[in-house]
Amino acid sequence: MTTLIKYIKSFTLFELMKGLKLTITYFFKPKVTLNYPNQKGPISPRFRGEHALRRYPNGEERCIACKLCEAVCPAQAITIEAEPKPDGSRRTSRYDIDMTKCIYCGLCEEACPVDAIVEGPNFEYATETREELLYDKEKLLRNGDIWEKQISENLKRDSKYR
Amino acid sequence: MTSLSLEITIGILKIFSFVVPVLVSVALLVYLERKVLGAVQLRKGPNVVGPFGILQSFADVLKLLTKENLLPSSSNKFLFIFAPMLTLILSLIAWAVIPISSTYVIANINIGILYLFAVSSFGVYGVIIAGWASNSKYPFLGALRSAAQMISYEVSIGFVIITVLICVGSLNLIDIVESQKNMWFAIPLLPMFVVFIISALAETNRLPFDLPEDEATLVAGFFTEYSSISFGLFFLAEYANMILMSSLTVILFLGGWYPPIDIFPLNAIPGIFWFVIKVFLILFVFLWVRATFPRYRYDQLMRLGWKIFLPLTLIWVVITSAFLFYFGLLPN
Repeated sequence: MTTLIKYIKSFTLFELMKGLKLTITYFFKPKVTLNYPNQKGPISPRFRGEHALRRYPNGEERCIACKLCEAVCPAQAITIEAEPKPDGSRRTSRYDIDMTKCIYCGLCEEACPVDAIVEGPNFEYATETREELLYDKEKLLRNGDIWEKQISENLKRDSKYR
Repeated sequence: MTSLSLEITIGILKIFSFVVPVLVSVALLVYLERKVLGAVQLRKGPNVVGPFGILQSFADVLKLLTKENLLPSSSNKFLFIFAPMLTLILSLIAWAVIPISSTYVIANINIGILYLFAVSSFGVYGVIIAGWASNSKYPFLGALRSAAQMISYEVSIGFVIITVLICVGSLNLIDIVESQKNMWFAIPLLPMFVVFIISALAETNRLPFDLPEDEATLVAGFFTEYSSISFGLFFLAEYANMILMSSLTVILFLGGWYPPIDIFPLNAIPGIFWFVIKVFLILFVFLWVRATFPRYRYDQLMRLGWKIFLPLTLIWVVITSAFLFYFGLLPN
């Protein structure tokens, strides 16, 4: 009897029809594609994207050149040189991040006592040359100025979990 | 203008009226394939070039045309260039006998089905020449597989066609369609219809039978070495063959240009419309099957061809002819 059923099933293409039925239901399901440049997926407030150096609201740099980020960086992508400013405060004279080395682990962000270096929500910074990915202090501060609103928003949203 | 040159001009125009729609349908079919596969996999498919991405295929053709045509140094240059042309020519000349309505056909010859059968058998030459001329292992294996596969499935296609011919009593494609005015052959000959569709998949090297171009084992099969427009010609020929096989299915089993039911609003629509609709329905089935099934193993493919389809079709030829003979329904 089971052999007979098996034969009937194979000659009526039963299993094949089952497969076809499955694919046709998927054919009519809503699609999951995002039209990427026009439409973007949601990003967590903890998203670790392009780096930025932040300022205080009065325009003063947050970074105090403690070099914790440089020390913690597992890829050794950060280079910092520091010297005292005319007003006696300690500030960086050089703050470079080699974005080609960076592994986006977020340790610099965690190490920073003043929330100066952060990884922002931006991930669309592909460049045409390698040199453009060697970020200096100026570039990082500019990033901070551009993304400050979203970065501070994200930090606020994430603060209760930190 | 003399009557002869007028006739030639009309002939050429008629040929163009077939070839151009076929090539446009190929572009449409490639687009449709990508859309259907995308939809089944919950993607959207091409949707950037033109409205709904419908011009994507034309953009692809332009890209292929601007690429460099590489000639492998160890290849047989003449045959290497000749093979894709032969394949495309063979897939296009078959359209000479396809009737898309009761009056519209380039050559209404009384052995139309034999001509089609012969031309589709020739198709294997393009593949085998390409595989040989490339002088490289993957194309060669692909060509061998393709030849064996096409020959195996042509046998069962032949028997299916014979079954239909017994019911019609004519080799003329228009007669075949007209004898289906009241009932499409897909209903009384349903098993043959299914066998024909599956064999058509194998004949056009479509999934799940696309072993000649099995990318997992043979890179790209017989056109591994091809680039640029000679690759484009193979691609075009493959899809033109798909359209040809599905129109053959429509002619043999789905009543060609006849509407599904012969009632007023349906039979007022021109037959060509029904023909195109049916062809694209069959093509959709091809794509649907591709989206569903994994590729056969080669021995499974051969077993299906020789051990299942051949006896099945052979038995069905006997049953059909016995039935027709016993009830005196044999056509004169």
